[in-house]
Amino acid sequence: MNSQWIKEQFPILNQEINGHPLVYLDSAATSQKPRAVIDAIKHYYEWDNANVHRGVHTLGSRATDAYEGAREKVAKFIGAKRPEEIVFTRGTTTALNLVASSYGPSVLSEGDEIVITQMEHHSNFIPWQQLALRTGATLKFIPLEQDGTVTVEAAEATITSATKIVAIAYVSNVMGVVHPIKQIADIAHRHGAVIVVDGAQSTPHLKVDVQELGCDFYTLSGHKMCGPTGIGALYGKKALLDSMSPIEFGGEMIDDVGLYESTWKDVPARFEGGTPIIAGAVGLAAAIDFLQEVGMDEIERHERTLAAYAMDRLSQIDGINIYGPNERHVGVVTFNLLDVHPHDVATVLDSFGVAVRAGHHCCQPLMRWLNVSSTARASLYLYNTEQDIDRLASALVQTKEYFA
Amino acid sequence: MTQLDDLYRRVIMDHYKNPRNRGKFDDDTVTVDLNNPTCGDRISLQLKLADGIVEDARFTGEGCSISMSSASMMTEAVKGKKLDEALEFADKFSSLMKGEEVTFDDYEDLEALSGVNKFPARIKCATLAWNALRKGIDHND
Repeated sequence: MNSQWIKEQFPILNQEINGHPLVYLDSAATSQKPRAVIDAIKHYYEWDNANVHRGVHTLGSRATDAYEGAREKVAKFIGAKRPEEIVFTRGTTTALNLVASSYGPSVLSEGDEIVITQMEHHSNFIPWQQLALRTGATLKFIPLEQDGTVTVEAAEATITSATKIVAIAYVSNVMGVVHPIKQIADIAHRHGAVIVVDGAQSTPHLKVDVQELGCDFYTLSGHKMCGPTGIGALYGKKALLDSMSPIEFGGEMIDDVGLYESTWKDVPARFEGGTPIIAGAVGLAAAIDFLQEVGMDEIERHERTLAAYAMDRLSQIDGINIYGPNERHVGVVTFNLLDVHPHDVATVLDSFGVAVRAGHHCCQPLMRWLNVSSTARASLYLYNTEQDIDRLASALVQTKEYFA
Repeated sequence: MTQLDDLYRRVIMDHYKNPRNRGKFDDDTVTVDLNNPTCGDRISLQLKLADGIVEDARFTGEGCSISMSSASMMTEAVKGKKLDEALEFADKFSSLMKGEEVTFDDYEDLEALSGVNKFPARIKCATLAWNALRKGIDHND
């Protein structure tokens, strides 16, 4: 991988923060955008902008082609069988809420089970918690191992014939752990349940094939994978999506509107009421092109190597506590410095031009499990280098000295 | 590092490492539990209010140096003050966070937190304890 070339593709990285060249280590929150994505959105607005699926005019056709082309691109990128299985959403949060609000109540009654983990991001946690409260279903948790991993055995012991929905992230946004989705999907299916996979942190970093993984539903956020904010997608098996009712009503999602009744379009239009996020979809398509140009295998290899380097460098710092397993497949390293609060860590790192996240990372239940109120988190992406990790490590040492 | 030094003045680190009024009262008090949901800081503030005066104040909680030192200073500053004087202090503290020139005549330690206004992301850390104070006094009305 040509690190120099990649870094040059991201204009934002070429700046100084507080007198130091920017080191951006907060990609799990949102990734930076390559020039190709920024240009694609600009080009769309300068040349092709129109509403989709409506206009007979040329711009209307161009916009529609761009939007539906993006759907096809997403479908291929994650290995969906057909483009109709991709519903564009605002992001992973909206996608997961759509499944919980529409599919959830249609299959759950009192006594049924929803199985999740304590490690889920709030967006893959609260929708199920609230759905359980609404339907009288029981919310169950696959117990975590000491190092924060989820084993197939633990999943096997938790999922039962009463389980209707299993919801789990492919990759944890706090510990970078990759969960054994394929095996958990098998267990879910054996018990007649569906599996909903939160792909916000996996899609940017790993090659994903939803069919091979056995996902019934899979979600992604564009902004975490070099695309713009405000666009994401829900993948659902066609038969499942067909069985679901819309939860938002409005323009373009209808078949026929009568005074007292209405009927809906086929999927995915049924779930895309209102003018869709056209420019967002165009940007997402450009992001996928960019990631594929670099190569997902290449990105995964780069991050794995860099994550190992980061684990090695950071674990040598006295008084650092790194959470999660020693081996990382995805570059998320969550840690605390002894006697220095993570906010203070993040503020001092920022004064050295190093951007990390501090807080609970939208994972309060996991923070409780770790028995901390918050942590600092450095998260990597394809544009990070060993020099960035070196800068982080030396800034951390200086942070320690500053507060000593 | 000068801006950093402005943020983390010695007086702040002293309150952080040796917090004043940290702990709990055994008897009846006004208790306010407040979280900063974006970052996980939390404070539990207890106020002894009698005859329109803040007789005593204690706090427990967890958070960064800014939020905990601010809580320590706040409890020191408002002890013995009339309720409206305490609220006036809270207003003055808000002005301080906006970067305005403010002096705290009988509790100058608070002025050390003036550097926080250069760090917008940290202002909510500094104001957590003061928001708890306002809630506690309002609740008592």
